[in-house]
Amino acid sequence: MSDKKENRAQIAIEKFIEFTDGEVASFFEACVHCGECAEACHFHLNTGGAKYTPTWKLEPMRRSYERHLAPLSGIKRALGLVPPEVDEAMLTEWEPLVYDSCNMCARCTLVCPMGLDIAGTIRKMREGFSAAGFVPEGLERAADFVRKTTSPMGITLKALTAQVRRVEKETGIEIHIDKRGAEYMATFSSMEVMGYPEVIAAYARLFKRAGVDWTISSKAYEATNVGVQIGSGPFAREIVARVVEAAEELEVKYLISPECGHAYGAVRWAGPNMMGRQFKFEVVHIVELLDRLRREGRIPVGRRDGRRMTLHDPCQIIRRGGLLREPRRLMADSCADFVEMKGAGVTNFCCGGGGGVSANPRAHDLQDAAFDSKQAQLDAIEGLEAVVVPCANCRSVFEDGLEAREMELEVLGLSELLADTLADLEAEDA
Amino acid sequence: MSFLAFVEGPLFYIAAAVFLLGAAWKILGLIRLGRRPDLAPPRGSAAWGFVRGNLRHFVPRGIFTRRTWLHIVAGYSFHIALAVLVFFGAFHIAFIERLTGLSWQALPRWGFIVAAEIAFAGLIVLWVRRISDPVMRQITRAEDHASTILTFLVMLTGCLALQESHASLRAIHMLFVDIWLLYFPFSRLMHAFTFVLSRGHSGATYGRKGINL
Repeated sequence: MSDKKENRAQIAIEKFIEFTDGEVASFFEACVHCGECAEACHFHLNTGGAKYTPTWKLEPMRRSYERHLAPLSGIKRALGLVPPEVDEAMLTEWEPLVYDSCNMCARCTLVCPMGLDIAGTIRKMREGFSAAGFVPEGLERAADFVRKTTSPMGITLKALTAQVRRVEKETGIEIHIDKRGAEYMATFSSMEVMGYPEVIAAYARLFKRAGVDWTISSKAYEATNVGVQIGSGPFAREIVARVVEAAEELEVKYLISPECGHAYGAVRWAGPNMMGRQFKFEVVHIVELLDRLRREGRIPVGRRDGRRMTLHDPCQIIRRGGLLREPRRLMADSCADFVEMKGAGVTNFCCGGGGGVSANPRAHDLQDAAFDSKQAQLDAIEGLEAVVVPCANCRSVFEDGLEAREMELEVLGLSELLADTLADLEAEDA
Repeated sequence: MSFLAFVEGPLFYIAAAVFLLGAAWKILGLIRLGRRPDLAPPRGSAAWGFVRGNLRHFVPRGIFTRRTWLHIVAGYSFHIALAVLVFFGAFHIAFIERLTGLSWQALPRWGFIVAAEIAFAGLIVLWVRRISDPVMRQITRAEDHASTILTFLVMLTGCLALQESHASLRAIHMLFVDIWLLYFPFSRLMHAFTFVLSRGHSGATYGRKGINL
């Protein structure tokens, strides 16, 4: 048993070192323990817990680096000045900090005087926790579903097909599955397929209007990547590979990443690195594509929604994804009374459920506490009637958070909002 | 050889050599660790992101300042005043001139004293925050205190030596300067150089994505 314990710690340490490149090492060397990152972290702000200070969450990886890899560590080791070895007790203590109290939202990078990318480093550190078997049960369960069905919620092709047929009936628009040579291949998150099928309807309506030739793959309709959330590179690669191979098999020119934050990061930014090559198609986020189609005039300006609305910035799409202007242009085109939250854009608060936290029931109370920051932002807008949340995961977190607080506010996706502006034009056509 | 001659002579040269070689070794070591190649098609420039990241983090973002103003004011006060003391103190310029032949305009005496007061105030505020704030107590390690205390002693002995009333005061100041230089490459003090890399790496990562964090 003792050997096994040491081995688990050793496995984690080896992964920590493997994933400590010059970038991560420079973060560990530059951090002056100023504590500023705590002031940006919604887990610290809403609980007051000092242990939720972002840089503190990196401690096991930092310790392994300073003990084994840091330049000049040999001299410090000879003098007995290196930190003690990471052990299983430390990994057990840190596992909730690494998985439950970090959304990998990167808000802390903004306030850090040294510019540490703590979110990116947490992602790398999770590789060690995952390899050593320190993963929350909820995420393990989601991973099992993915292995069995390709969906973290267990959504099968049969269920997807049923939803697609229902949408076809509702909209009167044919949706192709496995159409070889289509220009675009759309992917969804399981939450969209089962919880928000109106998103599929929105795609059908918008793409019909824009004349977009699109299809869905029967082999890879699910875009989310629990491997990224757990921190398992091989598993994350397997999930990305399924999507990439399906898109290349269908010979599409573009892969559409859905209104889901981490799915976009997984395939757009991490995907080619996981696969070790560039793709034969371009990855485009649905918000990016809709903005492009709108600017090209392929989606006309319809009747704007008159309600007072605001926009949530999903971290992986905006702050870590780079799509800052696109959703705002679409909001301005679709909403007559668009009001930004205080701190909107790159400094916006995470919903509290990203980075696998919402799939981890153990973290539910922490997630709910973190949502207090979101509530404060929403409460500050007088007369707010709806919030647009272009990420299905954030959207479900919003719905939970608003319900728990008995806040009456509609939550909707950006594609649906845009599609609904076409209602009058569609009626004229009919 | 007098004690003053020793700390200004051989010990200083050894300390300066350790400082320069150690710092260079550390920086080169960090660069040698490399950076994983990024195959994702870029939306922006990583090189420009490296530069922007370095510049952007000099300017605190307004939304955070209500909670971070004390650290910002104390941090900037200390660092700027310390740089002024080191590079524009008349005795420091004279010392550098003796070593290198280079010289420039020194601060007047009153300017040196004002800068010293600002530097002391900044450093003391940062240290009090470190020992009193629960977050700071959680994340602070012994080496953080060591760096702070050593820097404080260098500044304090420097002020004591200001009057040049006694050679031994100057010798004590130089002794702490030597210790500070010897300790530098092995400590958090290296952030004076490594911040360029950490800001630059993040700036490059996000710059490729077309975002300026």
